[in-house]
Amino acid sequence: MRLLPLDHETQHHAPRKPATRDDPKLSSGRIAVFQYAAVAIFLFLIAGFWDLQVRNPEMYNEMAERNRVKYLPIVAPRGKILDRDGRVIVDNHSSFRVILSREALKMDHLRPIAEGLRLDTDELAAQLRRYRSRPKYEPVVIKQELSPADVAFVESHKDPEFFPEMELIHSQGRVYPQEGVAAHVIGYTGEVSEAELDLPEFAKYNTGDVIGKFGVERQYNDTLMGVDGQRQVVVDNRGREREVIGIKEAIPGKNLQLTIDLDLQAVAELAMEGRNGAVVALDPRTGEVLAMVSRPIFDPNKFSVRIKSADWKSITDDPDHPLMNRAIQAQFAPGSTFKPIMAIAGLETGAIDDTTNFHCGGGASFYGHYHKCWWKPGHGVVALHKGIVNSCDVFFYNVGNRMDIDDIAYYAENAGLGQKTGVDLPHEADGTVPSTKWKIRMFRQKWYPGETISVAIGQGALTVTPIQLARAIGGLAMGGIWHRPHLIKDQPDKPHELELDPENVEKVISGMCGVVNEAGGTGVRAHLPGVEVCGKTGTAQLTSNDYAKSHGAKIKDNAWFVGFAPRKDPEVVVVALFEGGEHGQLAAPIVRDVIKAYFDKKARGGGPLEVLSAATKSATPALARAAVPASEIP
Amino acid sequence: MKEYLPARDMDWPLIAITILICGLGVLQIFSATHGTIWQDAWWKQLLWLAAGLVLMWIVTAIDYHTLMAHVVGMYVFSLVLLAAVFLVGRQVFGSTRWIPLPLGFHFQVSEFVKLVIILLVARFMTELKSDSLEIRDLLKIGALVAIPMLLVLKEPDLGTALTYLPILAVGALLAGLNWRYVAAIAVVLVLVLPVAGLYFLKDYQKARLVSFLDPDRDPRGTGYQVIQSKIAVGAGGMWGKGLTKGSQTQLRFLPVPHTDFIFSAFAEERGFAGVVLVLALYFMLLMQIVKNAQTAPDRAGMYICMGIAALLLFHVLVNVGMVVGRIPVTGIPLPLMSAGGSSMLSVFLMLGLVNNVRLRRFVN
Repeated sequence: MRLLPLDHETQHHAPRKPATRDDPKLSSGRIAVFQYAAVAIFLFLIAGFWDLQVRNPEMYNEMAERNRVKYLPIVAPRGKILDRDGRVIVDNHSSFRVILSREALKMDHLRPIAEGLRLDTDELAAQLRRYRSRPKYEPVVIKQELSPADVAFVESHKDPEFFPEMELIHSQGRVYPQEGVAAHVIGYTGEVSEAELDLPEFAKYNTGDVIGKFGVERQYNDTLMGVDGQRQVVVDNRGREREVIGIKEAIPGKNLQLTIDLDLQAVAELAMEGRNGAVVALDPRTGEVLAMVSRPIFDPNKFSVRIKSADWKSITDDPDHPLMNRAIQAQFAPGSTFKPIMAIAGLETGAIDDTTNFHCGGGASFYGHYHKCWWKPGHGVVALHKGIVNSCDVFFYNVGNRMDIDDIAYYAENAGLGQKTGVDLPHEADGTVPSTKWKIRMFRQKWYPGETISVAIGQGALTVTPIQLARAIGGLAMGGIWHRPHLIKDQPDKPHELELDPENVEKVISGMCGVVNEAGGTGVRAHLPGVEVCGKTGTAQLTSNDYAKSHGAKIKDNAWFVGFAPRKDPEVVVVALFEGGEHGQLAAPIVRDVIKAYFDKKARGGGPLEVLSAATKSATPALARAAVPASEIP
Repeated sequence: MKEYLPARDMDWPLIAITILICGLGVLQIFSATHGTIWQDAWWKQLLWLAAGLVLMWIVTAIDYHTLMAHVVGMYVFSLVLLAAVFLVGRQVFGSTRWIPLPLGFHFQVSEFVKLVIILLVARFMTELKSDSLEIRDLLKIGALVAIPMLLVLKEPDLGTALTYLPILAVGALLAGLNWRYVAAIAVVLVLVLPVAGLYFLKDYQKARLVSFLDPDRDPRGTGYQVIQSKIAVGAGGMWGKGLTKGSQTQLRFLPVPHTDFIFSAFAEERGFAGVVLVLALYFMLLMQIVKNAQTAPDRAGMYICMGIAALLLFHVLVNVGMVVGRIPVTGIPLPLMSAGGSSMLSVFLMLGLVNNVRLRRFVN
């Protein structure tokens, strides 16, 4: 390259050369081109501003507002669940959840976020897809009950250069008693599922809401669940709060006081340890549920928000069905525990009186079938009292033989069998009281009188739930007043009443008293010094013995015991179902322990056991064990 | 000959417009930075303004012909400095543009290379002895401009590198480049640029281009700046939110609201009315410079003024166009408004050159 040195002289010559090319005027046309271009460019720019500022300012204003203002939920704490003495059964603890703003979400952030929070990426993506129909500004709760490591991850990654879509929200987690104490009564909470949202019961909830899913948590969800509040805050580009412009406080859920007595509950839990079955303790005077145990248990703490799929699998695959509340869902033949109902039906219909007697030689034939008595040697001559005390099957076969199945059904149904008791828990089962109508409805067949024989000893098609049985016997002991079992105090309730001859009732109760307190009674193991406990054992076949033999299966009979005390003006009725317990005698001590706990407590003046006041944190059988004198532990 | 350059011959309207724009800029810098780590940027800007005015006056004192006589040396020196940037330069945001100076100042070489290019193009075009620019000559001057341009591109600083082109383009236009060549070059550029872009642009530059075409595709990434800028501008409406009241600016949703995106901060807080006022001021400034080109005593003076006008127009177009999302983000400052010493001083140097030309319009 070579640049010529500038010749200053040319400028001085310029005026003298007429058409010199150094005349700037020569380019004036081209300068005008530049000017037009400049005008065009400025118009182009102004048009840009016109577009944004004059034509669409509202839209951009709104976008600026959405940038600036963030709506953060204030999580309403769920109400606590208390026992009848006001002791906390279910408490809350402070926790954190992380929400994801879908407006700001970048899909390629999903994987690192999922990894950081130890979530499954596919599950997270699926969860987000479920929100597709929801408005974009609604955030998604992606993890609750954050561990300290999770909190640290969110705190350190919510800046714009990482994942600004994450937001940490303070919330309340559920604390359930350890080792599944009262788990089936309390139930558990969890995030409302897609399927549940389709149910009318859950229609008012939104995806991501934590609701009661089982037990009292579900039944009284509306009471327990508060209304979430909202904070309207101004944030900067880093998501830091600069100013709070509006606050709608959360309305906390209301506490729920149950009729459950933790003292009795703990004793019942303890008595059932290692067994499958159920215990229900009711106050027959009111229907209040004092204790309700179902075994095997599950740990509701695992459910508190979103159960791990491995945990869920282990629970649902368990052949013992730990999620089933056997107290209200198990439908089994009541066996001999049905005999008091049978007895009152026989007496009231006049089929028998207390002197009617039959001979038991270890069995008897009816309609061409031989029916065995459980006591092979036979009970000899048996009237009503002995029939109940010794639970003589032959006696009750004969009672049944004298009666119409519909008369039996009438008394059974009046006692509340074969129908839901209406206890305030979800998923209660009906049970079955067979009758001619039932047979026609179910099988389009007429009833064969031979079938009545099995029903008379609580077998055949007859099935009950433990709570039904407790209510039936409790109401019978009350002389024919059946209250609706319930878990919440002071529920006004009109009991079901049936006019029974008090003398007939007394005859049946006398027999039940003998079961526990007379030599040779089948339930002497329920005997308590100082308290007149009345009761009835039951050993119920799950299936006919013939069937069991032909299939070579060893199916153990269920053991039942239902007892109440005191004999006059009963205050507590307890039923125990010990699955595969083989003999009702073995269920008797369970009932005894609970009744004893009731009267021990009454003797103390009704004061709760102090050691159980710490039930919140660990209403464990271990603690309960400490509460019961060691000598009383069976 | 002894020159007498009366102060009243300075282009006072030009200086008034300049100071007005700067004043609005200083206010906006204050609004955008108060309470942040850059909060002293507004009075620093005032100092730059003062320094710029002094520098402008000094520049008028040296005859632009003298400056043009030394352009070869200046050009070589520029290349040396640009090369030096790579050796001792300070890296900021992944690109190296500054040479550290004493007292904590940083010198952005590429800003001052603009002046050298303006003088270079003016001299080259002046020395052509024909009335139309031949393709051969265009290639020569093109190569001369391309060398510093590539060095700046390498920093990488695409925005500043591109500012050298309008100087060349206007020079060529005024030198009488045949319209057929203009058309041919335009066609070649349209065809070649996309392909060249694919090969030479850095990934982030490509991303900027993509996000310019479709900012919503990546609202948190490179499209973020464009979206936030458009939101800020749109939210300003007709009359603006008021100084220090714009949420996009104050809550820093707007990226760098006191430098490259100062005009979106201004648009948010001053509204369409303010925008029209400032754009009108810029237009008047440009027309004032063009007027000085028209009254220049010779072609050299005209080339200088028009080169400066072209450069400033390009700056306004690219910066303001970016603010409203009509031009891809390249990151060049808005002259006289964006905070920053190098940009301020280089603009005042240019305005000094304009006055330099103006003061000599009756000399011969």
